[in-house]
Amino acid sequence: MAETTDPFVRFQGIQKSYDGETLVVKDLWLDIAKGEFLTLLGPSGSGKTTCLMMLAGFETPTHGDIILDRTPINTVPPHRRGIGMVFQNYALFPHMSVAENVGYPLKVRGVGRADARDRVRRALDMVELGALGSRRPAQLSGGQQQRVALARALVFEPSLVLLDEPLGALDKTLREQMQYELKHIHETLGVTMVYVTHDQSEALTMSDRIAVFNDGVIQQLDQPSMLYEHPGNAFVAQFIGENNKLMGRVEDVAGDRCRVRADSGDLVEALAIRASGLGERTLMSLRPERVSVNPPPGSMPNVFDAEVLELIYLGDHLRSRMRVCGQTDFIVKVPNWAGHVHLRPGEHLTVGWHVEDCRALDA
Amino acid sequence: MADATPLAPAGPPADDILRTRDGVPLKTTLRRVTRRQRLIALGLVMPLLVFIVVTFLAPIGMMLLRAVDNPVLQTQIPRTVALLASDWDGQGPPDERIFATLAEEMIQQYKAREIARVGTRLNYEQSGLRSLITKTARTIARRGTPPWKETFVAIDDRWGDAKTWGIIRQASSRYTPSFFLAAVDLRLDWRGDVVAQPEEKRIYGLMFGRTLWISALVTALCLALGFPLACLLASLPLRQSNLLMILVLLPFWTSLLVRTTAWIVLLQTEGVINDLLVWIGMLSDEGRIQMIYNQTGTIIAMTHILLPFMVLPIYSVMKTIPPTHMRAARSLGATPARAFREVYLPQTLPGVGAGAILVFILSVGYYITPALVGGRTGEMISNLIAYHMQKSLNWGLAAALGALLLAAVLVLYWLYNRLIGIDKMKFG
Ligand SMILES: Nc1ncnc2c1ncn2[C@@H]1O[C@H](COP(=O)(O)OP(=O)(O)OP(=O)(O)O)[C@@H](O)[C@H]1O
Ligand SMILES: [Mg+2]
Repeated sequence: MAETTDPFVRFQGIQKSYDGETLVVKDLWLDIAKGEFLTLLGPSGSGKTTCLMMLAGFETPTHGDIILDRTPINTVPPHRRGIGMVFQNYALFPHMSVAENVGYPLKVRGVGRADARDRVRRALDMVELGALGSRRPAQLSGGQQQRVALARALVFEPSLVLLDEPLGALDKTLREQMQYELKHIHETLGVTMVYVTHDQSEALTMSDRIAVFNDGVIQQLDQPSMLYEHPGNAFVAQFIGENNKLMGRVEDVAGDRCRVRADSGDLVEALAIRASGLGERTLMSLRPERVSVNPPPGSMPNVFDAEVLELIYLGDHLRSRMRVCGQTDFIVKVPNWAGHVHLRPGEHLTVGWHVEDCRALDA
Repeated sequence: MADATPLAPAGPPADDILRTRDGVPLKTTLRRVTRRQRLIALGLVMPLLVFIVVTFLAPIGMMLLRAVDNPVLQTQIPRTVALLASDWDGQGPPDERIFATLAEEMIQQYKAREIARVGTRLNYEQSGLRSLITKTARTIARRGTPPWKETFVAIDDRWGDAKTWGIIRQASSRYTPSFFLAAVDLRLDWRGDVVAQPEEKRIYGLMFGRTLWISALVTALCLALGFPLACLLASLPLRQSNLLMILVLLPFWTSLLVRTTAWIVLLQTEGVINDLLVWIGMLSDEGRIQMIYNQTGTIIAMTHILLPFMVLPIYSVMKTIPPTHMRAARSLGATPARAFREVYLPQTLPGVGAGAILVFILSVGYYITPALVGGRTGEMISNLIAYHMQKSLNWGLAAALGALLLAAVLVLYWLYNRLIGIDKMKFG
């Protein structure tokens, strides 16, 4: 965890229910440091937007306090929180020009005309839209609208900016470009950003830390690399990146290692992350790119027979579905470099992996 | 692959028109290809086109024509009309020849039982002329003898007055502005000058004014009642808003007559509301309020009937405004009131404009309700038009009034287009 001594935003035991029957957010404790880029990542309906809306003031927590800059803000109305917000569908005002949209927060704050015009120009320049100030939002492309929304949320220099799936409606290339630009703006301005997405690759690229949500609970809060390489539970392992699952029963634990009897009968050596009890069922997670094809004998403790079932050519790598340890949905990624193994469907070979890459988690 | 084809032309034609490969200009080919489609499309819209022409454009054209059309004197007493135009100087009564011609034509028309039409037509110009014509025709048809001038003057000395003849000449032109003039409380005097109608006959200006006033008031009331209702409809959860929408639409599904009668039951002096007020002691039994058969009744009933026309366009526009706009405005620092005023309200304007213009135009031409509950003070211009269509049979005047109403609506539409822009109007 990052610095928790003096958090900028703190969710203190937040619970939220819309209907009084189910908790959408269950006991949320979350600290966000000043200047941090924190992402809330999770599947649809996991309560991300709800958390953001509570922070912005559009929903009230059913229980618990939200602290912003050491002040509880539960009773502060949204317009006095001074939080910038970018909505999924931009929410640009269609009856105002781009410049008027961006200038709106300054107008409601009574900023002088000349000063406001200046700041609007700077904000638009920052998102590289300086020339389009007089257009209407409807005359802009999706990516441009996105930038306007961003400029509007930043122009009044809030110390906290919330972004709810801001790139969800853009195509892949544009999304990647905007990710980069957003990150760049974050670094230049040093504002705290809370970003909501259900796209894990987006979260991995941009965030300082990621809070993985599921079912109203934070499953894991960590840096991207930690989440990817050291998922703390089965859900996180599933959700972040691609993942092979092998089910089995713990036979023997020694230190941080364990041996698991897979359902097929094969014995697999793995890291014991969440598998302590002998005889317990466990799910072993293994990244497809960490699997070697035809490893030299003796180089790895885990080597098993495999049969190639399917091959997909993906340019930079080959994806192969294989039968391994009785499982037919075992994915192996083979990098496409000179001298890589040539696979053919129906071929029999061996695959292997290191103990460190195979994590025994809760079943 | 063009070089492999023997059909390819030797070289490109000198001009730079785009051509297909066999040298026909691209435009010609395109036209040929799309002709069939255009014919089919035309065939499909034809029934509608015919329908519109027959039921809409043609009646309007005929109405406009009738407002200036004036055939009666020219067909009934053609020779007199012609002589008056060519041989009369307008000073004093005309000479014996014209009297004789008129006498001959009057006798002829009297026998054909057509003379009343002449009288009616002349009576539009000057009341009293109908009886003069009838009386004279009856007398001379029975025992009329030349010299006609003396006979006519003996029957009524108005025949010796140049004014009477001036009016006949005035009323005999093939096309006349007099219906339009009458519709705006003006008339042509016997010399052909435009003058104001006598005080007691000036009613149309008043009626137009009242019609516009009532329409504006009804529009304003509909807006005042309809806007919050539309807001509510647009913000409620689907189930409740559907229920409310049915309540809004319910009046649409009941007959206009039933609804209007319901208001009579409620509002009349012996009606529910007065009874209630007397019962709770707010009114004495003698002090019952007159709420119907006057302008109040017209306004109440019309507002009720036209309300859905205001609510529906506004609602459908509001439905398209994403709720995130208000949230965005508030997150940017606007108070709820300010966000509503500056972000929500402007976006509803196309619906408000559409609703307002719809209600206004409908109420300008409203007929049934004022006729049933309007009494004297709640009458509107369309009631007068109906009166002239059905009772007085002065169709020319009715047509002129209708044409003016149409013009007023068109002007309004033009104004709206200039101020707001018709392309911004949204009915749904
Ligand atoms: N206004 C509301 N009234 C009732 N239930 C709601 C409301 N908003 C959200 N919910 C419920 O709360 C749960 C969490 O919703 P939320 O919008 O926070 O999910 P999310 O993580 O943002 O999902 P997504 O990725 O699809 O946007 C969902 O089950 C949703 O049905
Ligand atoms: Mg969401």
